[in-house]
Amino acid sequence: MHITKDLVAASATPLVLGILAEGESYGYAILKQVNDLSGGQLEWTDGLLYPLLHRLERLGHVESTWATPAGGRRRKYYRITDQGRAELAEQRRQWAAVVDALRGVWSTTQSIKPITAPAWGAGL
Amino acid sequence: MTVDHDLEGQIAEWRAYIHRRRELHHTDAEELEDHLRSRIAELTEAGLRADEAFLIAVKRMGGLDELSREFAREHSERLWKQLVLPREPDAPSAARSRRELPVMVLCAAVAALAIKVPSWFGLDLASGDHAGFYARNISLFALPALAAYFAWQRRVGPRVVGALALLFVLGAVAANAYPLADDTQTMVLTAIHLPIALWLVVGVAYTGGDWRSDRRRMDFIRFTGEWLIYFVLIGLGGGVLTGFTVGAFAAIGVDAEGFIQSWLLPCGAMAAVIVSAWLVEAKQSVIENMAPVLTRVFTPLFTATLLAFLVAVVWTTNGIDVERDALILFDLLLVIVLGMLLYAISARDLTARPGLFDRLQLALIVSALIIDVLVLAAITGRITEWGFSPNKTAALGENLVLLANLAWSAWLYLGFVRGRMPFARLERWQTRYVIVYAAWAWVVVLAFPPLFGFA
Repeated sequence: MHITKDLVAASATPLVLGILAEGESYGYAILKQVNDLSGGQLEWTDGLLYPLLHRLERLGHVESTWATPAGGRRRKYYRITDQGRAELAEQRRQWAAVVDALRGVWSTTQSIKPITAPAWGAGL
Repeated sequence: MTVDHDLEGQIAEWRAYIHRRRELHHTDAEELEDHLRSRIAELTEAGLRADEAFLIAVKRMGGLDELSREFAREHSERLWKQLVLPREPDAPSAARSRRELPVMVLCAAVAALAIKVPSWFGLDLASGDHAGFYARNISLFALPALAAYFAWQRRVGPRVVGALALLFVLGAVAANAYPLADDTQTMVLTAIHLPIALWLVVGVAYTGGDWRSDRRRMDFIRFTGEWLIYFVLIGLGGGVLTGFTVGAFAAIGVDAEGFIQSWLLPCGAMAAVIVSAWLVEAKQSVIENMAPVLTRVFTPLFTATLLAFLVAVVWTTNGIDVERDALILFDLLLVIVLGMLLYAISARDLTARPGLFDRLQLALIVSALIIDVLVLAAITGRITEWGFSPNKTAALGENLVLLANLAWSAWLYLGFVRGRMPFARLERWQTRYVIVYAAWAWVVVLAFPPLFGFA
């Protein structure tokens, strides 16, 4: 199944913030986790994660540090801030409202086969 | 081992490709490379060969255009080249470049104070009684400081420093030893020509004493154009500052005009000479040069104007009436045409083939030449009628200087447009000709006053 670009873009911020809320991480690991969570349904262009991370950093939702793990390469790690957690909570409320509304639509509209959308579920 | 080696080579190529994008900074490239390597490691663990893994990893990274666009959207400031005051210390000259700013400020302060020195000896600037003194000497306040700044920055040898000092002393003597009354023509000519002569002396300091080199001379021509633009811009900012100062102090009943006339304006203008020069130097590799851009914009417009003027002359059969103001106007026009030629040359890729713009430039030069001939005819008529006055002689000399330059330029340009001559010859001609301007300016300053009995 192909998920449209707009949906991918809209879900990207809560996804990344949600993953970082679990703990500090870096670009590639975040991307892998998105992949795992969505069961491979959410396809991101790898490179585009980084402008998003930089935007979140500029907005103050995350902060970053360069660190070199033992025997590894220098790597940029991202950590969620308190402001980022607040933003995540806000996004979560918004998405819950959207999902509720959609559920209502799916149940009343008989002509549409109810399809669960794993991508959205993953973000919540 | 060779597989790893190949992979490293491929990654290095990819990195070089990324580095070419201005939107992507070094740290971004590093972050992306880490990602690429992680992806490759995962794919090779899954059983792919290194080169296959590399291809897939690059593909999944996304198109570089799209990536650059996204980075540019997030980091739009990177598309603007900014002036960063302390440059990153990377060379052994770092200590020197750290001192650059203080030395520049010192030179600017010296220039600003220099114009106040005469007032300590009773030559008040604001009163207007000594306007002639200041008009003759205006270039002697800031330009020595500017030359000193370049001499320091370029580490010129003692012989060049001696020559520079000698030339400035010569200029000072010429401006002040001759008995030039305030309302004489020779006084005005000195006031105009001494700055030109001394500016070219600054050029010697700018080239670090290597003033015979064509390339260095061209650099000085570029510098002159950019300097003028920065100077005008700083002047505009200074105008706003002046207006605000007057208004703000007037609002609390304090008259600031005396301060502005005797301190803010003269000292600010002198300091601006140095600051503009420093800005040009600091920014020369950072932002697009403005003078060639303006040249590109105005060459077609001036060509159209000159052609329209020539058509009007033929149509109305009016000769050019060489009143004093008209004479200055046409001299200035020729200077502008020459300036546009110079700055078109200064930014040109010397190996590029002749194009439409070159034909336009040639049309501009030829129409300027025809106008110059008309003006010369008119001046000669006046001189035979009224004899040689300092002003008319100077105007005649300037026209001859410009005529010679433009005529030979047109010839070289024609050869270039027809594909018979390399463009570099035109550039060489213009840089060599600078010495003629210098010679002429010194002749006017040194020889004209005694020649015309200080009239």
